[in-house]
Amino acid sequence: MTETIWTDVGALDQVPRLGARVVRTPQGCVALFRTVDDRAFALEDRCPHKGGPLSQGIVHGANVTCPLHNWVLSLETGEAQGADAGRAATFPLKVEAGRILVDLSALAGQPVLGKAS
Amino acid sequence: MHHVQKEALEAAASPAPRQRLVIVGNGMSPGRALEKLFEAAPEAYKVTIFNAEPRVNYDRIMLSPVLSGEKTFDQIVIHGDGWYVDHGVTLYKGHRVVAIDRDARTVTSEHGVVEPYDKLIIATGSTPIVLPVPGCKLAGVLTYRDLDDVTAMLLVARSRGHAVVIGGGLLGLEAAIGLREQGMEVSVVHLMPTLMERQLDTPSGLLLAQAIEARGVRVHTGANTREILGTDPGAGPSRVRAVLLDDGTELPADLVVMAVGIRPSAALARDAGLAVNRGIVVGPDMRTSDPDIFALGECAEARGQCFGLVAPLYEMAAIVAAQLAGDATAAFNPSATATKLKVTGINLFSAGDFSEGEDRQEIVLRDAARGVYRRLALKEDRLIGVVLYGDVAHGAWLFDLLKRGADISDLRETMMFGPGAAGGAPLDPTAAVAALPDDAEICGCNGVCKGKIVDTIRAKGLRSLDGVRAHTKASASCGSCTGLVEQVIKLTLGDAYEAASVQPVCGCTALGHDDVRRLIVAKALKSIPAVMQALDWTSSCGCAKCRPALNYYLLAAWPGEYQDDGQSRFINERVHANIQKDGTYSVVPRMWGGVTSAAELRAIADVVDKFAIPTVKVTGGQRIDLLGVRKAQLPAVWADLNAAGLISGAAYAKGLRTVKTCVGSDWCRFGTQDSTGLGVKLEKFLWGSWTPAKVKLAVSGCPRNCAEATCKDVGVICVDSGYDIVFAGAAGLDIKGTEALGHAETEAETIEIIAALVQLYREQGRYLERIYKWAKRVGAAAIKAQVVDDAEKRRALYDRFVVSQHFAQTDPWAERVAGKDAHEFVPIADLALAAEGRR
Ligand code: SRM
Ligand SMILES: Cc1cc2nc3c(=O)[nH]c(=O)nc-3n(C[C@H](O)[C@H](O)[C@H](O)COP(=O)(O)OP(=O)(O)OC[C@H]3O[C@@H](n4cnc5c(N)ncnc54)[C@H](O)[C@@H]3O)c2cc1C
Ligand code: SF4
Ligand code: FES
Repeated sequence: MTETIWTDVGALDQVPRLGARVVRTPQGCVALFRTVDDRAFALEDRCPHKGGPLSQGIVHGANVTCPLHNWVLSLETGEAQGADAGRAATFPLKVEAGRILVDLSALAGQPVLGKAS
Repeated sequence: MHHVQKEALEAAASPAPRQRLVIVGNGMSPGRALEKLFEAAPEAYKVTIFNAEPRVNYDRIMLSPVLSGEKTFDQIVIHGDGWYVDHGVTLYKGHRVVAIDRDARTVTSEHGVVEPYDKLIIATGSTPIVLPVPGCKLAGVLTYRDLDDVTAMLLVARSRGHAVVIGGGLLGLEAAIGLREQGMEVSVVHLMPTLMERQLDTPSGLLLAQAIEARGVRVHTGANTREILGTDPGAGPSRVRAVLLDDGTELPADLVVMAVGIRPSAALARDAGLAVNRGIVVGPDMRTSDPDIFALGECAEARGQCFGLVAPLYEMAAIVAAQLAGDATAAFNPSATATKLKVTGINLFSAGDFSEGEDRQEIVLRDAARGVYRRLALKEDRLIGVVLYGDVAHGAWLFDLLKRGADISDLRETMMFGPGAAGGAPLDPTAAVAALPDDAEICGCNGVCKGKIVDTIRAKGLRSLDGVRAHTKASASCGSCTGLVEQVIKLTLGDAYEAASVQPVCGCTALGHDDVRRLIVAKALKSIPAVMQALDWTSSCGCAKCRPALNYYLLAAWPGEYQDDGQSRFINERVHANIQKDGTYSVVPRMWGGVTSAAELRAIADVVDKFAIPTVKVTGGQRIDLLGVRKAQLPAVWADLNAAGLISGAAYAKGLRTVKTCVGSDWCRFGTQDSTGLGVKLEKFLWGSWTPAKVKLAVSGCPRNCAEATCKDVGVICVDSGYDIVFAGAAGLDIKGTEALGHAETEAETIEIIAALVQLYREQGRYLERIYKWAKRVGAAAIKAQVVDDAEKRRALYDRFVVSQHFAQTDPWAERVAGKDAHEFVPIADLALAAEGRR
């Protein structure tokens, strides 16, 4: 296991409620989501179905619906819900003093993620 | 009623001359006192009345139905001229009493009539309070007290302009609704945070505000009036122009109605040296400090209290009559009063004291889905306060318990559900409905009682809620009694009842699209959270299916008021471009009617070069698509297109897409009309509006139909005599030729019919339901009847469309170029500047 490295990627307020923002990394894009009750999640910005940019989907509860073909993924686990099977990678995230800190260490040494954004 | 002849005989035969009773003021309370007096002692007095109002006694509380047009003045008269003749009463109409001389025992009217009295009743009522703000004396500033005020309001209302009602109490709200019914744009300005705060608690006050707004009246609570602004005195006599609030808001006003409270009219009594506090002080016998002078009605202060509702005033009237008839023991003991707002369709009932306190408990029932709220305040096993909102059927019963001070310890568990459920009966709702008497009102809006519903079900063999709605109107208006009506049907039919099988909007609710739409309007729900809260959504914030639908329904219901919720829109509509399979976007500018120019084409070419856009394609909708634009580039691409006059083509929108045209009479040898020009006009008129699903039009210049108008949502085929309008075609997932809608002779008429059609679709279509599916559901004939045959309906639809377009026709690209939703187009953080080359 790699060591946890918290990266400050911005303020929670910069992400709209029930919306998402994108963090660009050398390995591709990570999507930050914010729920109606101000919880935040980080997922790779790439749908397990056909690579749709999850950051462009509609957020509801702790789920996001992919904009391309309406798969619904759990923000908590990255798992596809319902009959669909697949999983988007998730990243540890915490909010401190209104700032979003993400642990992207899992990306280190990974190949480039999805090209969407 | 007495016979004149008999009375005259009796009068002639009476031994002692009658005492002279003089009454100042001819309102509701002395009218009642005289009825009682003539019953108890028909011979005792010769009565003379002075009334400042130039008319007979009428039911003042029914002025609101006169204002709204539901009643005429004749229908609210209590005692007509004949009554005064019958009772030998002399009525001086339009005579204000200006002095009482207690030594000489006379009153003097403004016209110089001097009348001696043995006994005097002062019943001068109240004077409306006028806020002493600058401009309060301007022409057009009225109060609301008598028929003259109503007549003056009706006169201004003819202009259909703006009215501002200051004061959100009972009177103010009734005035506001009345003026609204007369076609005015009405705002209510209320100082306190909730409406009718003296009669209602906060939750019911908020429900009331929603209901008032649903009737098209704007409510401004927590708002203080700073000044009433007048027109420029240079342009003729100055009259009211606007109301300025403390926060700087300026509300336009052709009429201002002040309904901020009343003050007992006690000046006459004070001048005569009688004891006056807030009102004219009377003892329990209703006599003032001068035992020969009574004070009665709103002007009187009894047991330290003044009263503003007729029920206690009528109790006073009975005491005055008894005292005058010789019963010295009669004493006034005010009991609790109950309030109802007389606005059709708004049911509220409040009585007693419902403030919170340590020594009291409360029982609250809230059924948001049915718009029902009830709160009972209890103190030591007695009911001391009641607030009912939405379903007030049990008001009378509860009020009776309250007035009697009954011990309710046995009823405690069930009294909330009314007498039917009380007494330990199980809380089966059907049982409660079964216990209701036949004359119990089920539907407040339409005044339908239980017996009528049961009888109609039997007589007509009805089986469903829809049937009952159609035949009785029960639950057909605001729908808040739907549950009750269904229970009555269940009770009557048992298993034969066919519960409606509606397809719910999504898994978050049991309600179908039509119910949700109806309730949004009926309950004046104005945000997605408010809808979910009021309609008992089962998920915390909906899902990707219901949120876009709700967002559309709210936009369509409250143009200009509802704030579009971007997070509830599919990405294409959120960023005003179509997402592609690789996460890039396409950009389609409007090309009005498919017509373009060298300048536009050059601008497009320049943009393609500047941003290295990979694909340029002519679409099936007669315009040009730029494909493969990266999201971050969109604002810059749009800026350049905007600069050349190109705006968003809304190729992504549930809204107007394209209006295809052919060259028509401008060039074509067969063209009968200017099909290109009409197409451009239609597109310019219709663009920007949100619709349930996309809308595509085409205009062909002759029946050869080169623009393929006969497979569009709406099509126009130009002919020599004008324009044939067709609709409900499809050429995508389904293929279907259009149906005839109507024929118009002019372009203007064509545009009006099409706009009315689109508006009807906006109001009735379910989210994602294309026009051809909507037409199949509601029937093409029903649509045609409204947008073609009924000129008035068509005009109203057209007008509503124009209003909503007023808020819709802003180019979303230009807005974003100017910075709107900037967060959409840039990453929150870029840890990959090094990765730039890869993107
Ligand atoms: C670009 C275009 C194809 C082209 O290259 O010509 C096109 C492209 C798309 N069409 Fe279309 N349609 C295009 C003309 C048509 C037409 C022809 C027409 O408008 O005359 C039709 C048949 C007429 C009709 O609408 O009924 C058409 C019927 C559809 C349908 C089926 C709709 C239906 O209710 O049956 C869909 C799917 C949907 O909307 O759910 C669709 C959906 C789409 C979408 C939006 C698919 C999507 O959801 O991503 C495509 C997006 C393209 C993009 O990103 O720009 N497109 N599409 C045409 C754009 C016209 C324009 O200028 O705006
Ligand atoms: C629009 C409206 C709606 C209402 N709705 C309700 C309701 O729903 N329920 C309810 O319980 N109550 C309601 N009220 C209140 C109710 O109408 C009054 O409480 C009631 O009419 C008061 O009766 P009154 O006899 O004291 O005085 P009024 O009915 O006001 O009569 C007083 C009369 O005396 C005349 N007068 C005054 N001074 C003189 C003078 N010096 N000389 C000669 N004549 C004089 C006045 O012109 C007036 O005609 C409403 C009132 C209004 C205005
Ligand atoms: S056939 Fe088409 S192009 Fe020719 S006149 Fe008719 S509408 Fe115009
Ligand atoms: S790519 Fe996400 S659902 Fe198809």
